[in-house]
Amino acid sequence: MTRNTAVTSTDTTYGARDHARAQAGTVVETMPTIPAGTWPDPPPGVDRERLIWAETVAGGGYTHKVLARGSELRLTDPHGDACAHLLLYHADAPWERLNVADTVKVQWNAYLGPSRALLSDQARVLATIVADESGHHDALCGTSTLAGNTERYGDGSPQGPSPAGLSLFTLAAAKHGLGPRDLPPSLSLFQGVRASPEGDLEFTGSAGPGRSVLLRTELPVIVLIANVPHPLDPRPDYTVSPLQVLAWRATPSTPDSPEWTSTPEIQRAFENTADYLTARGIA
Amino acid sequence: MTTLIEPRTVLDVEVPARAPFSTIVHKGAQLTITDLGGNQAVDFLAYAAADTSRRYSAAATIAAQRNIFLTTGSVLRTGEGDPLMTVVADTCGRHDTLGGACSKESNTLRYGQHTRYQHACVENFLIEGARWGLGKRDLVSNINWYMNVPVEADGTLGIVDGISAPGLMVRLRAETDVLVLVSNCPQLNNPCNGFDPTPVRMVVTDTAGAA
Repeated sequence: MTRNTAVTSTDTTYGARDHARAQAGTVVETMPTIPAGTWPDPPPGVDRERLIWAETVAGGGYTHKVLARGSELRLTDPHGDACAHLLLYHADAPWERLNVADTVKVQWNAYLGPSRALLSDQARVLATIVADESGHHDALCGTSTLAGNTERYGDGSPQGPSPAGLSLFTLAAAKHGLGPRDLPPSLSLFQGVRASPEGDLEFTGSAGPGRSVLLRTELPVIVLIANVPHPLDPRPDYTVSPLQVLAWRATPSTPDSPEWTSTPEIQRAFENTADYLTARGIA
Repeated sequence: MTTLIEPRTVLDVEVPARAPFSTIVHKGAQLTITDLGGNQAVDFLAYAAADTSRRYSAAATIAAQRNIFLTTGSVLRTGEGDPLMTVVADTCGRHDTLGGACSKESNTLRYGQHTRYQHACVENFLIEGARWGLGKRDLVSNINWYMNVPVEADGTLGIVDGISAPGLMVRLRAETDVLVLVSNCPQLNNPCNGFDPTPVRMVVTDTAGAA
């Protein structure tokens, strides 16, 4: 960390102003990079002019952004203990949102992975998983709660050392005019869960550091992300490392994209999405 | 000395095939759902009656019990983990938490655009929920009583032939005053209703005021 250390007095308005302004330019690991194009390390093939979101989210932190249709969103777990709890809403009509039940039922699979679509309750594609280096994800258990974290770690409040995912989602949602009723079950990336034939849930943890998941938005979406330990993480300490978030302008999937025709059900979901966009005059 | 108070039946209705249903189940009262015809999916949501923003969460429920199936002993929890209802009896064996409700929209994905006008559980939830001031954002992943959704080792999951039979029942005790919202599933395109939607019986018994 680098910090500007000019010593100023805060006993006057002028001194307080100088003191506040002197803090600018401080660099820490977990912070947004604005403008995003100044991010030092764009992915191969991505001109920095295309970057629209560059941020490293602290463990116990949250972030949110409205992304245009046709954005690519890369989430990376640099240290191996991030857990990106994720909710998506159609930005133009946020009462349409991620539906986890439809996502797993329509795709005949409980687990997330490459070419999987994240479906809305209106049978449209909010985003697709274009690439996945982790494979350790969860669509079943949702996120952590105030009561659960208080029991597990002694605190679950946003102001404490071990914030709960649901509390952070409540805050993130509020900044888009959405309330607690607007929080459906969420997904989580980078910490895995598997179900046995008897239905028992097993926490499989992280796939290790440096893994990325690449999503592509197929509608304009509100993205809410909370980076908190998975509710089944058995470790006694609140263990979560920073999450890197990078997004850039790209192009939505087309009928030629492998995602479009990955299954007959998803092809119809893309067709429903195109039908909406065409009528709406967006595409 | 213990005084036995005979529970009083406060509601006993047969929900027609394809129809919605809702009622308040007061704290301590019990709701018994009987599968009259066998293999009839009963789509079910629950809300704290005093504050419907506190509602059933499939995720919090299955995370707390570390198992995706519901049966005797399962506690239905709100998103914050508070108990809404407890399964106190279950003669079927296990029930689904993952499959959610059928909708006109998702039917187009699962079966084709030709199913667009078929009635669906989300329609039942919306029309019945509206009577209580609930709207679309109040609908979340629901329970499917009597629906059989196994998960294979590779994650493959699906609605398969049921394990229920005529007369099997599940009984829920309310842990707080609960609004239950039900769709007696009209789905015809998968085996969740044995391809023949049938009525289910709802009985609420309560000891309060019975003495």
